[in-house]
Amino acid sequence: MVPFDFTYHQPSSIQEAIQLFQTLQQQGKKTMYYAGGTEIITLSRLNLVFTEAVIDIKGIPECRTLRFDKNYLVLGAALSLTTIEEANVFPLLSKAASEVADRTARNQITLGGNICGQIFYREAVLPLLLTDSDVIIAGKDGLKQLPIQQIFQKQMRLHPGEFLVQIMTEQTYLSLPYRSIKKRKQWEVGYPLVTVAALKTNEQIRVAFSGVCPFPFRSQTVEERLNDRQLPLESRINEALHHLPRPILDDIEGSAEYRLFVLKHTLFDIITELEGE
Amino acid sequence: MEQTTKCEMLLTVNGEQHSVIARPADTLLFVLRTILGLTGAKPGCLNGDCGACTVLVNDVPIKSCMILAIETVEKKITTIEGLKHTPIQQAFVEHFAFQCGYCTPGFIMNAHALTKKHPLASDEIIQEWLQSNICRCTSYKEIEEAVKTVLANNSASLNDNHF
Repeated sequence: MVPFDFTYHQPSSIQEAIQLFQTLQQQGKKTMYYAGGTEIITLSRLNLVFTEAVIDIKGIPECRTLRFDKNYLVLGAALSLTTIEEANVFPLLSKAASEVADRTARNQITLGGNICGQIFYREAVLPLLLTDSDVIIAGKDGLKQLPIQQIFQKQMRLHPGEFLVQIMTEQTYLSLPYRSIKKRKQWEVGYPLVTVAALKTNEQIRVAFSGVCPFPFRSQTVEERLNDRQLPLESRINEALHHLPRPILDDIEGSAEYRLFVLKHTLFDIITELEGE
Repeated sequence: MEQTTKCEMLLTVNGEQHSVIARPADTLLFVLRTILGLTGAKPGCLNGDCGACTVLVNDVPIKSCMILAIETVEKKITTIEGLKHTPIQQAFVEHFAFQCGYCTPGFIMNAHALTKKHPLASDEIIQEWLQSNICRCTSYKEIEEAVKTVLANNSASLNDNHF
């Protein structure tokens, strides 16, 4: 049960949502955008989230779109992960999304919610980082299109009043060879020990990570080391591990040492397979 | 339109319309059990992990502890009380797919949706869907057998229709 009250607003357009946010702010109300709501509800119960108003963006048509436009796949931020999984127009994203939480929860969890959420795994962002996707952000000055690397640095860097509307991915990336492996401490549902997503393009392998550090990331330095084919694969991986961002997670899911051990072997499997294709 | 502390919501549950007065912050689980007296959906973890509170919203399984009641206005809600003599209920009885029974409504709602959406579901799909629910009595084998019995009957019906 949510231990505090909030008002609920359901705009039917982007402009209405932005206007609502500004009005509520002027009234002094702490306001949050709301999509699947799973994180807001569960963290509210634990007093880890507090809000006085929520703006549900699921009624905004642009946030529910799933279409191809010219050379891009356009995905609305309020699409549920199972909708994306079943449409399977972006196989790497389908695979990464299908490993988040469990099937019933994914009927509610949205693409935008997973990426913009407080829980730091945010695994749905990995395919978007690997494909240099763009994001469409709505704010009081209208819509803007930005490369995801520019606005996603450890987490989405949205300004107050802004919300994620859509993600645009070039179609050429959708059919490239990929791997996405999630290793858990136990069971087949739950948070990752490590999650590695990889994409092969122009004989180069791109890699993005979740569960290694307290934020998802893709690192140019790590990729340079992994693609230095003058060295044997094991040496390349060891070099790459030296250049991981810090800190390495060291928690109940696994120690930092164990995570690096699992990561090393996961990378070995992924790169061996992708380089063989 | 702004909703005040409590507001009226028109919910369609098991084919009946109910006008309820609730907070926008109230979960569907809370409204079903406390206001409508439909106690079939069970409060378990209240954190989206156990699946005991699973209901159908527009025929899609949803954990009712993780959705606001106000989000389900103008949608079709089905709880365990709304299922009557379905094949999956019969199969649970025949396979004794429960012990204490606390998780059973959630399992049945999820399994019912599964057999409707995927009448010929593969083992992989069954596993993916049933991973959403936890049974602490560990009746998993019997639950799986119950689901497979319904799917086998679906398959037999389809084959009969082909001849």
